[in-house]
Amino acid sequence: MAITSIKNLKEFSTNNDRFEGAHLLCPGCAHSMIVRELMNCTDDNLVIASNTGCLEVSTAVYPYTSWDTSWIHIGFENAATAASCAESMYKARKKKGTLPDADAPVKFVAFGGDGSTYDIGFQWLSGAMERGHDFTYICLDNENYANTGGQRSSATPVGAHTSTAQAGSTSYGKKQKKKDMVAIMAAHGAPYVAQLAPNKWKSMAKGFQKALETEGPCFINTVSACTTEWKFDPKDTINVTDLATDTLMFPIYEIIDGHELNILYRPKNILKVEDYLGAQGRYRHLFKSENKHIIERIQKDIDEKWEFLQRREEARI
Amino acid sequence: MSKGLEGNDNRGARELGAEEKVGWDQVTQGVVLHSFVGESENSAFLKPEEREYNDFNSYTATVASWRIVKPVYNRDICIDCQNCWVWCPDTSIISRDKQMLGIDYDHCKGCGVCVEVCPTNPKSLLMFGEAEETETALANWPEKKKKEK
Repeated sequence: MAITSIKNLKEFSTNNDRFEGAHLLCPGCAHSMIVRELMNCTDDNLVIASNTGCLEVSTAVYPYTSWDTSWIHIGFENAATAASCAESMYKARKKKGTLPDADAPVKFVAFGGDGSTYDIGFQWLSGAMERGHDFTYICLDNENYANTGGQRSSATPVGAHTSTAQAGSTSYGKKQKKKDMVAIMAAHGAPYVAQLAPNKWKSMAKGFQKALETEGPCFINTVSACTTEWKFDPKDTINVTDLATDTLMFPIYEIIDGHELNILYRPKNILKVEDYLGAQGRYRHLFKSENKHIIERIQKDIDEKWEFLQRREEARI
Repeated sequence: MSKGLEGNDNRGARELGAEEKVGWDQVTQGVVLHSFVGESENSAFLKPEEREYNDFNSYTATVASWRIVKPVYNRDICIDCQNCWVWCPDTSIISRDKQMLGIDYDHCKGCGVCVEVCPTNPKSLLMFGEAEETETALANWPEKKKKEK
């Protein structure tokens, strides 16, 4: 049995960690929570590719590596390329019989930040998805280029203050909407696409397992709260992520074969988006009287999106 | 030849393009940092204490100096829910056989996530100043809080 059982957290905790401490991610960074969870939810051999971003620069600072599995660092744009090429190479060598241990189960995973997934690596990711390699791409979405000082990316939501979309007397921060990457990946016909959050560890671990098990290219967008650029206290990472999922700013859902949409988490009490915005320094300017209409716009977008997801789930098309 | 270059005798030693070629499905080593000593097994089947870590593994490094506050663990109250284990970003909760054993102070950065996610009342993990003795911290543990009505 390659995939480990995760009935409850106690059982899950018996897995041996393969992501080591003393990496240099910020205290309270959600990246490492997500990476640890992926590496703990399976005991297969993993071949991981990371493109440039917070995760890569902090986990492989010479002379140290924090990875107990095979790990490839590659340029900003091509984690998907590296993972798909490693997968092709593996298949070719398996066919030729030149693998030292041909029966050992191997899974191919690529990690990218939102900058490299939504913007810089988009073309390469799209290509790998279209070629249909058997790998899983995980986007650690912290909604900005946190590694280089918090510039806007196409994952930054409306109204957020970033270092290149600053809030001030003439601007309320980023004006454009966030790109819907999950829908774009589903439109590639990928067999498994999902949006998951680390605070819901069980749906996240199950989603990861499903993606690893599924043959073909899978894409998972994960919410990774960034204490430095979202401007909240490091201890509140999980609290902020809770607010993100309970206000439906980040709905948790999966799309199978590009059409079968399932909502994986329905909050009992749907909170108003003000709770989520108020918990972070990057939205502080929205609470000024002249910016109130932006909050209304964000809430309207969220409501529309939730309505859309529910109707998609119902329609099964 | 000037004096400073005397020791450098490999200049122009190789013909460009004459180096050994490998197929596309073979790996040439660029820079590889080995996580473990020798041929490593799949580490998923080995507990950290059973692994032979290489000096390149960040497990052998410490980030303890990042901390100004530290979490202190109170075994008496803990219910082994493992919330702290699953959400620790620094792999610093030591958990074996469904039991929480303590905190790895070499890798903990003192973010405080473990305290936030601890469900017991009072919490079985609390943040104290880095200089505080564990015994003093345990002695000053707060009482059970009554629910606010």
